[in-house]
Amino acid sequence: MEGSEAIAEAAVVAGCRFFAGYPMTPFTEVLEHFAVKLPKVGGVCINAESELEAVGMAWGAVATGNRAATGSTGQGLSLMQESFSEITMAELPIVLFNIARGQYDYYQSTRGGGHGDYRQIVLAPMDVTEAVEHCQLAFWLAEKWRNPVLFMGDYLLTHTYEAVEVTEIDYGPVPDKPWAVDGSSSGTLDAKLVSSLGFDKVGRPHVGPQAHWLRLAEKWAVMREQEQRSETAFCDDAEVIVVAFGTLAKFVRYVVKELRAEGHRVGYVRPITLWPFPEPAVAAAASGSHVRTVAVLENNAGQMIDDVRLSVLGRCPVVAIGGISTDGSGFGMGALLDPAVVRERILSALEPVSA
Amino acid sequence: MTVTPVYLRTDVAPSEPSRRIVDDRPRLLLTDEHDMCPGCGEPLAVRCFCEAIEDLGQGNNVIVVAGIGCYTTFSMSLAIDTVQALHGRAPSLATGVKRMKPDTVVFTLQGDGDMVNEGLQEVIHTAARGEHITCILVNNGVFGETGGHMTATTVLGQRTKNSLEGRDPDYHGYPILIGDMLAPLQGTVYCARASVHNPAGVARAKRYLKKAFETQIARQGFSFVEILTMCPTGWFIPTNEGPAYMDEVMGEVHVTGELKVDGVLRTTEDLKAEWARKAAEAAARGGGPSFDVEHTPEGGEV
Ligand code: SF4
Repeated sequence: MEGSEAIAEAAVVAGCRFFAGYPMTPFTEVLEHFAVKLPKVGGVCINAESELEAVGMAWGAVATGNRAATGSTGQGLSLMQESFSEITMAELPIVLFNIARGQYDYYQSTRGGGHGDYRQIVLAPMDVTEAVEHCQLAFWLAEKWRNPVLFMGDYLLTHTYEAVEVTEIDYGPVPDKPWAVDGSSSGTLDAKLVSSLGFDKVGRPHVGPQAHWLRLAEKWAVMREQEQRSETAFCDDAEVIVVAFGTLAKFVRYVVKELRAEGHRVGYVRPITLWPFPEPAVAAAASGSHVRTVAVLENNAGQMIDDVRLSVLGRCPVVAIGGISTDGSGFGMGALLDPAVVRERILSALEPVSA
Repeated sequence: MTVTPVYLRTDVAPSEPSRRIVDDRPRLLLTDEHDMCPGCGEPLAVRCFCEAIEDLGQGNNVIVVAGIGCYTTFSMSLAIDTVQALHGRAPSLATGVKRMKPDTVVFTLQGDGDMVNEGLQEVIHTAARGEHITCILVNNGVFGETGGHMTATTVLGQRTKNSLEGRDPDYHGYPILIGDMLAPLQGTVYCARASVHNPAGVARAKRYLKKAFETQIARQGFSFVEILTMCPTGWFIPTNEGPAYMDEVMGEVHVTGELKVDGVLRTTEDLKAEWARKAAEAAARGGGPSFDVEHTPEGGEV
């Protein structure tokens, strides 16, 4: 199954019943598959007039308590950022797909382009198998925390065929949704208000922005502690620790295993959640006296490297071994997504530093 | 049949205590109070849709998506399930709500800045899709909440904080008559413009709203009601001059009446011509309409 279809299928299996989007390469096929799959299960997929409306529609759908999602490329997500902030402040469990052009949206996904204090869990699968899992995890985490979850894929992920079986994963129970609107509490004192401001209906104790935002900040602090995910391998005696995420990390895993077999002392940490960033995992890997360098391989001019530096905190040098790498269209994959190139970059970090 | 007019008796003591307007608070409001300016027209518009929904028996089956403006305070005081949207974004949220809850009555509450400035494409596409929702525009021609700034519906010559010498078409461009843009779309089934500057207008606003909600309940398509509301604060006029200003300045451009009903389209120009014809007829009868209580091109009822 192609990655884009597997993603849509996994979302439907996870109970997603609403999707709205606007075509944009390399996200388009995900939208196409939702458009085919959702009506078959009684759901709705709308080809929105812009990304602004797409996120608005999904916002409305999720406010009714249904599982709903929207998505685009990073460019389209740029348009949606105002809504992402508000949806996060309104504590609605929406799922967002960024099928990015390269890895240029690390800042956007982890810092956000929206206003104010807000945080979203970001899952970055490395392949289609993991995407199927993350897609379902995203809907579950969103409801668990009443917080948006962003799924970060790219051209390679959505356009790769892998033999996968999409079966439902049970992550456990999720909280009830007393906040969901269905019109039935209208005309009563229990009428609901889904708002980002922390206000409620007249007659109920108003929390207000100050207390609301403080409470959310506390929630994000707990999420930061509890939701870090990462994979660490070969770091026990490594001289060089490679940090990479997403599809590029899959190349790193392969190359590091190969280099290990050849006797090179190299290991890797793969952040699976970009937010919360697995700081302790990176710090632990970088802590031994055997570590000479932490090498960050990312397909952009240097974004995740900030988080790596904040994790390493000066324990050892942090160097960038990735860089901007795209195809002629700007949509797809550049020279970096090649095991031979990844190998060469990692080897460059392994070279002894000249005195 | 002759109808005997009922006059207020001032020569005898009233048979029952007089009622304040808050004594008739609609059931869909949680409080008697609002924090709008004196003379504001928006609470009247709110009363109109609350009563229309109740009259149709939908009081326990309704969801509102509120935009951002002075009226946003009603998000907290309406006894209606509410989703608070961003400025301009209510129609897309309402679309998502309605698609997931197709058996409920879903409507948006938006101002002119919200709907006609920031969110113009939202309402147009929602209408074009024939979305089974009702969009309500409370139009006062200014950004009241920010203190009286020009919107897309500000009429030519109107003074606002960023058109101090009056809206000049060469410099600021022309106002948008949103109803005329929505009415011709195939997905739009009902489209009307009312005003709450006098009792007849209030009655008409409520009637239009009922028709709009009926359209939605019958799953016929998109419905739209624009309600002109006074904003003495944003118009920089004394409170009691609001209704007259509405009649003479805004109402001259945003002419009231039904723009699409039962498949029949009328433009604002058509409405204007009908008003002129009625005024001429009335003048010929010897009794000219002194104020726009007769502003009912669709006939009769006030
Ligand atoms: S500023 Fe205008 S719209 Fe706002 S409450 Fe005052 S009168 Fe009403």
